[in-house]
Amino acid sequence: MILFISMVALAATTALGQGYKIGDKAMDFNLKNVDGKMVSMANNVDAKGFVVIFSCNHCPYVIAYEDRMIDLHNKYAPKGYPIIAINPNDPEIQPQDSYENMIKRANDKNFPFAYLLDKGQKVFPVYGATKTPHVYLLNKKGNDLIVEYIGTIDNNYQDASKVTETYLANAIDDLLAGKKPSVTETKAIGCSIKIKK
Amino acid sequence: MLKTLTLLALATIIFSCNSNPKKESVENKKAEIIPIVDFDGAKPLLHKDSDTLYVVNFWATWCAPCVKEIPYFEQIAKEFTNRKLKVILINLDFPNHYESRLIPFVEENGIKSSIVMLDDPDANRWINEINTGWSGSIPATLMYNRHERRFFEQEFTYDELKNAVTSFDF
Repeated sequence: MILFISMVALAATTALGQGYKIGDKAMDFNLKNVDGKMVSMANNVDAKGFVVIFSCNHCPYVIAYEDRMIDLHNKYAPKGYPIIAINPNDPEIQPQDSYENMIKRANDKNFPFAYLLDKGQKVFPVYGATKTPHVYLLNKKGNDLIVEYIGTIDNNYQDASKVTETYLANAIDDLLAGKKPSVTETKAIGCSIKIKK
Repeated sequence: MLKTLTLLALATIIFSCNSNPKKESVENKKAEIIPIVDFDGAKPLLHKDSDTLYVVNFWATWCAPCVKEIPYFEQIAKEFTNRKLKVILINLDFPNHYESRLIPFVEENGIKSSIVMLDDPDANRWINEINTGWSGSIPATLMYNRHERRFFEQEFTYDELKNAVTSFDF
């Protein structure tokens, strides 16, 4: 009986603690971009790392951050850290997040970054993403991609002009300076990922 | 005094000119009832030293699974109306949607539970204070009394909610 209870407890802990922690090696993926082409991180040999952001069309928190995502990509892609946005939601649960609507959103906003569909919802659980937006900053080390920062973009989703902590930009700046990010994990409210039932 | 009377008269004129004065007055009444607080303002709701079981749900009108389960929280309060249980709905809509979305939602659905709007964008400062295991996705629910606290980062069915509630001694 005690064994059973501890097994259940262990299972519960594992379920909660799923996904990447700082220092873990991140998995590459091969997902379809809004331009119809397949994208893998391995294809971009020049990048020093990647800013993987689990994102979508419908979530007001994502929409509040879209312009900042564009600015961050335009600033940091030339320095070696492009953004890759991945929509993890099941379009049957959330029709606004269909591939067609992703193409429309990317065109409307003129996204300069890749916007991929996590078809079959196989990537986000490995990363441990629970919401949109959810940021994973990866840094190349040899052939590996190491998770260096997990969390939010900054500390004010409502108003970019009132931001006092640019967590993600700071973490990339630290990597560019050859240092470990001083803040590695932050949290923010986001939209739960819509999982196929 | 005269000034106050003039203002009152002015206000009366303005309100009687409104094409739908009844709706206007109802909205104004609700607007007084739903407070907007920052995290420090919300904190007392999360730490009452009481035998009452507090069921605190974090939600927003734009969050489909949240909207789906709101009736269950209303129903649980009704079902345990003779027990020490209180539902508090902490709304996370954007403050500029207070009038356009929150108030109409509360009116249209006849929500009876207590509601506060939490307007505190620096969530990294307060999410861990609510529960260190919370990643920040909603819906999410805190249940507590003076003896025990439990946190649920999930969507409830009515049965799941009832099971969670009845697992407390209250």
